[in-house]
Amino acid sequence: MTSSLSRACAGAVLAGAAGLAAAQDMTGAGATFPAPIYAKWADAYNKATGARLNYQSVGSGAGIQQIRARTVDFGATDMPLSDDALAKDGLIQFPTVIGGVVPVVNIKGIAPGQIKLTGQVLGDIYLGKITRWNDPALTALNPGVPLPDEAVSAVRRADGSGTSFIFTNYLSKTNAEWKAKVGEGTAVNWPTGAGGKGNEGVASYVQRLPNSIGYVEYAYAKQNKMTYTLLKNKDGNFVPPDADNFKAAAAGADWSKTFFQVLTDQPGKDAWPISGATFILMYKAQEKPVTAAGALKFFDWAYANGDKMADELEYVPLPTAVKELVRKSWAASIKDASGKSIAWK
Amino acid sequence: MAATLPASAYLREEGKIRSDMKDRPPVARRVSPWADVVFSALAHGAAWLTLALLAGILVSLVIGAAPAIRAYGLSFLWTSEWDPVQNRYGGLVMIYGTLMTSLIALVIAVPVSFGIALFLTELSPLWLKRPLGTAIELLAAVPSIVYGMWGLLVFSPILSRFVQQPLQSVFKGVPVLGSLFSGPPVGIGLLSAGIILAIMVIPFIASVMRDVFDVTPPMLKESAYALGSTTWEVVWKVVLPYTKTGVVGGIMLGLGRALGETMAVTFVIGNFNQLNSLSLFEAANSITSALANEFGEAAPGLHQASLIYLGLVLFLITFIVLSISKLLLQRLKRREGRVA
Amino acid sequence: MSTTAATATPEAAQLARRRLHARRKRRNVVALTLALAAMAFGIFWLVWILVETVRLGIGGMSLSLFTEMTPAPQAETGGLANAIFGSLAMVTMATLLGTPIGILAGIYLAEYGQRGWLGHTTRFINDILLSAPSIVIGLFIYSVVVARAKSFSGWAGVLALALIVIPVVIRTTENMLALIPNALREAAYALGTPKWRVISTVTLRAARAGVITGVLLAFARIAGETAPLLFTALSNQFWTSDMSQPMASLPVTIFKFAMSPYENWQKLAWAGVFLITLGVLILNIVARTFFRNRT
Repeated sequence: MTSSLSRACAGAVLAGAAGLAAAQDMTGAGATFPAPIYAKWADAYNKATGARLNYQSVGSGAGIQQIRARTVDFGATDMPLSDDALAKDGLIQFPTVIGGVVPVVNIKGIAPGQIKLTGQVLGDIYLGKITRWNDPALTALNPGVPLPDEAVSAVRRADGSGTSFIFTNYLSKTNAEWKAKVGEGTAVNWPTGAGGKGNEGVASYVQRLPNSIGYVEYAYAKQNKMTYTLLKNKDGNFVPPDADNFKAAAAGADWSKTFFQVLTDQPGKDAWPISGATFILMYKAQEKPVTAAGALKFFDWAYANGDKMADELEYVPLPTAVKELVRKSWAASIKDASGKSIAWK
Repeated sequence: MAATLPASAYLREEGKIRSDMKDRPPVARRVSPWADVVFSALAHGAAWLTLALLAGILVSLVIGAAPAIRAYGLSFLWTSEWDPVQNRYGGLVMIYGTLMTSLIALVIAVPVSFGIALFLTELSPLWLKRPLGTAIELLAAVPSIVYGMWGLLVFSPILSRFVQQPLQSVFKGVPVLGSLFSGPPVGIGLLSAGIILAIMVIPFIASVMRDVFDVTPPMLKESAYALGSTTWEVVWKVVLPYTKTGVVGGIMLGLGRALGETMAVTFVIGNFNQLNSLSLFEAANSITSALANEFGEAAPGLHQASLIYLGLVLFLITFIVLSISKLLLQRLKRREGRVA
Repeated sequence: MSTTAATATPEAAQLARRRLHARRKRRNVVALTLALAAMAFGIFWLVWILVETVRLGIGGMSLSLFTEMTPAPQAETGGLANAIFGSLAMVTMATLLGTPIGILAGIYLAEYGQRGWLGHTTRFINDILLSAPSIVIGLFIYSVVVARAKSFSGWAGVLALALIVIPVVIRTTENMLALIPNALREAAYALGTPKWRVISTVTLRAARAGVITGVLLAFARIAGETAPLLFTALSNQFWTSDMSQPMASLPVTIFKFAMSPYENWQKLAWAGVFLITLGVLILNIVARTFFRNRT
């Protein structure tokens, strides 16, 4: 489309949309990591304003691809794009909530929080080096815990996943062999493990397969009453996953320079080692200013009203200062075809 | 006489009836001469559209797969590395998974379908024939997502407990078969997917076999019976050789269905992009399952092109299987005397 | 046959014959028992699947299934209204789009193209399309429609489903038209009817029941298709009647819900599976029995 034509269209749309501003449909796709809280927010937002935010949890990888292809209004990803990649595509990214990735197991007789793991051991399990639950490496960490003599069934993500990125990033930091052999990313060459689709698929497989281990965002473990494990953090303490510990991990992040923050293996007494923020990707130059305004309105509303819902699902809402930084970045970066910033207020 | 025939209504309106036959017969001018042309054009156009659709699909697939074809050529078919981080792709795992699950499906489905067809044509009492036959045909209509969901939620735990674990303990240590049944017996993997595909494909193959057995000339069968053959001998030595092309055609039809199936497979195949062992219990991947899982997120580049290359390969495999099936069924029809 | 039969005594020959008969009889009994077992085996699985579908699905059937939208995970209430509507809308539109093309091409094959390369090729190509993996069709529509229009939409889903309808309708129309005896056509021609009129008012009308059966079967077939909708219509947790937006559909929603760990979603997935199976089976039964009497 030529720029004048698109400007005319934008003008027509803006003119015509004044009356339609009430009930706007937006489509977003991406990470399954925040899908539970986005679903809750979208529901509440719909009840409050009538606007419909259609969020499809297809995985961070798909979220990045679909926003690049402009088939959705915003993409969601747990793997933050580097500032170079953002500049190349003309995108901005901003965080919405912080959560944690949690190893979950399904072993008869083991209660949540009973098993202790470290990054090294976790990496070895997913490398296929530790194949039975009563392997010496595991029994050494867990004296007195009745680990059975059964094969370990590892479960990981089949689709491109930001949760996988956070997990493999942690494994790369704590297990040198993992870093050399596999590396980090939304989709890696997994040495072992059955693949589930989405956090939901991994949770479903772990629920079903005896003696299995998987990794899911904590909301999934909590909602489905799964057996999570403790992890040793950088300071050497075995910590359980919960919102306070995710908050502790995020304490040291400096959001003022860039929103690109990876929160794995952070220092802190109670810091949960596999924490991460989840991000939204939107175009700087908006071809559809009305839907962009609708999306920004939604996120603004979520920042203002969504903290309690996030707490219930054990996500950590962003600090108020960070929310202000995000709003400033919207005003500065997201513009419509004529160069005006999109008004969401 | 011309006035009494209905078609002369056309001619009457034009006032073109001639009562004498001295000269040439009247040239009937049709009411709308262009209607025939238009209709014929529409029909021809629809046929061309079908051709264009297939051509479009093939062209779109080839264009999409071009980067991968340029990068790997035919070696894509036997490379097993699938690494999105290093951007190196090879389709062996998916192709093996697709072929293996279809093979398992056929190994189970063909004897069972043969038994069903035999039962329906030779053994079943008359009152049972119609309802059972209809039941089998109806089961071919059940959507595949039902099989997939049932497979994951109901079947895989039962398979794990009552089939995989006993099989594994029985064959433990046996040299070749042992490795076939090693691996985690959790109900996910090639065997599960193969069995569910078999159940899905049985109605197709059984219907075709039953239809083909039914059109065997009764004369042939009765001659054999008259010579004192048992029912089994009639079926095995008379009916089956007579209908073998149709039977093979039906099997190919079922194979084609099994190869292209997504939903029934993706629930239970495990989505594992590596070929570490021969075991049937290991998680694996099939072309359709890989496409369903990874296409949404594949970056336009080698990853997406490799996936489309896989789709192209699947299309070609289905094409080959179908061509063989068509050729065989064609031969059968010709033998029956119908125009090809 | 025993080679020593000629040289043996009559008693020995008779004994050998009796033994052979007994062996053949045994083989027969074994084979027929196996056939019966195979029948029972095949029917057992299929009955089990249907029974499980009914058992697990009927518990979720309620009015709210049809009046409420797909819920968030672990919500108390919820239904499949948007998915049911989306499926009905897309399947109906796809059938409306694909049927005319399919019937016209089927008419071509049966009336104009019995010989000649176009007819042969079209028939062959139709069979390929008939058995094409439906996910490949979905990918084709994604690259041609969704990527160009830069949006997932119900229309893309309709196009993908129509591509599956067309070969089915072509096949059944051609078969039904081919069954009509030529005498009927020739009688019409003899009365001076132009070809287009022969086809539309005589042949097609005579084959009407079979053609409608074919359309109904195509409708039932695409009602259960999931893969082509994954990358075309995506899905939508809200109600939308706007076909240019992503639309929910029953199979995709079932896929999503079945693979999740949430109980309320799984219950809805079973109810959805029950609905689809019931609908498809009823359509098939109606198509076969009701129209069988008319053909």
